[in-house]
Amino acid sequence: MIKFDDVVLRYPRAARAAVNGVSLVAPRGAITAIVGPNGSGKSTLVRALLGRIAPERGGVSLDDVRLETLTRREAARRVALVPQREEPAFPLVVRDFIGLGRYAFGGVWSGETPADRAAIEHASNRAGVSEFLQRRTTDLSGGEWQRVRIARALAQGGDALVLDEPTAFLDVAHEMGVFELLDTLAREGRAVLLVSHQLNLVARFATRIALLHNGALAAFGSPAEVMRGDLLEKVYEWPLVVSRDPAVGAPVLVPLRHRAPRSTQ
Amino acid sequence: MKPRTWIILLVVLAVAALAGLALGPVSLAPGTVWHALFGDGDANAVAIVRVLRLPRIALGVVIGAGLGMSGAALQATLRNPLAEPYLLGVSGGAAVGAVIAVALHFTSLAVLPIAAFAGAAFAVTLVLLVARAAGARGDPRVLLMAGVVVGAFANAAVMVLLAGAPAETVRGALWWMMGSLSDATWQGTRWVAVYVIAGGALLLALSREIELLALGEDPAAALGVDVERATRRVYLAASLVAAVTVAGAGLVGFVGLVVPSIVRALGARSVRSVMLGAAIAGGALVVAADVVARTARAPAELPLGAVTALIGVPFFLSRLRRMT
Repeated sequence: MIKFDDVVLRYPRAARAAVNGVSLVAPRGAITAIVGPNGSGKSTLVRALLGRIAPERGGVSLDDVRLETLTRREAARRVALVPQREEPAFPLVVRDFIGLGRYAFGGVWSGETPADRAAIEHASNRAGVSEFLQRRTTDLSGGEWQRVRIARALAQGGDALVLDEPTAFLDVAHEMGVFELLDTLAREGRAVLLVSHQLNLVARFATRIALLHNGALAAFGSPAEVMRGDLLEKVYEWPLVVSRDPAVGAPVLVPLRHRAPRSTQ
Repeated sequence: MKPRTWIILLVVLAVAALAGLALGPVSLAPGTVWHALFGDGDANAVAIVRVLRLPRIALGVVIGAGLGMSGAALQATLRNPLAEPYLLGVSGGAAVGAVIAVALHFTSLAVLPIAAFAGAAFAVTLVLLVARAAGARGDPRVLLMAGVVVGAFANAAVMVLLAGAPAETVRGALWWMMGSLSDATWQGTRWVAVYVIAGGALLLALSREIELLALGEDPAAALGVDVERATRRVYLAASLVAAVTVAGAGLVGFVGLVVPSIVRALGARSVRSVMLGAAIAGGALVVAADVVARTARAPAELPLGAVTALIGVPFFLSRLRRMT
């Protein structure tokens, strides 16, 4: 379980807090999503989980243990995190890249243990990357790269999984593949916390959605509670309607145009 | 890297060392070198090989190994294939420390590396602060720019420190600023080796952290690295190694740039094998460059740093072209 309790986060010398009094919980067994416009504080919350920015007020806890009482290694054994952007400085072989997920379990001179090998193999199978373990990270497509990064997070173990926009730049099939995988992982009992711009997919897969606006929580509840036209229109500052998808029954956001579309005849 | 590649690297190092023993103002046949190594044969040949050339080659191997490892560690940590101690101003800072120590009459190679390390640590701190002031601590380009600027400042500081010194001292200092193995002694080489091995062991112990830092700060933190602490340790260990090479042989640029790239191109994947491979290849490169320095315009000797710069600058430019 990942818990943010009245968290205030401020970057050095910034006048305004990037996150201002956010409380939310990502329980085990469910996908919890964080959505909101650009600059609303989503990624700053993730940075707090990485210990890269210390809360000015409030706190972050993992299974009721305050994050600041854990070393980075201990935290990494509890929560695996897939950051938004990542570009290795030098290309790596996929198998080695996934193996880096085991860092928090190894000693200075210890090589790969049987437990490491088992975790890497299991994670590769789960994320569906077993066929290209010997390829280089630079030779992967966008969808493969995201799955490889998720595989590394799975090799890391831990009961909590955090992903910052894991489906950016992915086509429909790969995007759905990632969401289906996250859904399975959550059903197995993990706490999955997902930052995403894909409101419509989030509405279908997440149990609860946190909507951020200017660093504060505009809403936190079930998809039906958060996917309201009036609320989203105010937060995103764009005209839109929310309807119900006839095929799957989930709420669907449809952004409107400021001007009527030109006639096509 | 395949076992065969390691063997090839070691053979290249051995060939470079043999060439270093055989070639020079007096050229010796390989057989003569071999006998002279064990004290047999012509007394002159024995003196040239065992007193003049062997310590010089030993120093070259140690210096090259240190520069290669330091460059490999800095490139991965800074996520920048152009990073190396010379371009980051680390070597320049070490030079200032060493010159101050010499001015205060501490010339032993037991003490000189410590003064050089103090200068290098100061320079690397300054580079990080300048980059932070520019608001882009994580931007490798800004760091490199800060490094070049701090390096230029260090050069100026050395010149100021040398002002008023006797002409002979100034000439010696300038020669040293261009890098040279000509003052190699067994005593000095032993101290340089002790420090390079200590610093190199530290870097190898940090290789897992370096591997993760090469992914970026956020991914490294996500995987369990205390980014600030690990980065600081890598900088200090890499500065120590680079500073010792400066204390031992002056400013030898671009070895730390060229060698890790070659080793990576040969198939080294993990940071640990890149560092070990760069140690061997760095030794070979410095010894070979020293052979060129001694023979290209014999009997005059070229500065070692000039030879490595002649190799390194075109390499730097081709890398830069590929990056942008």
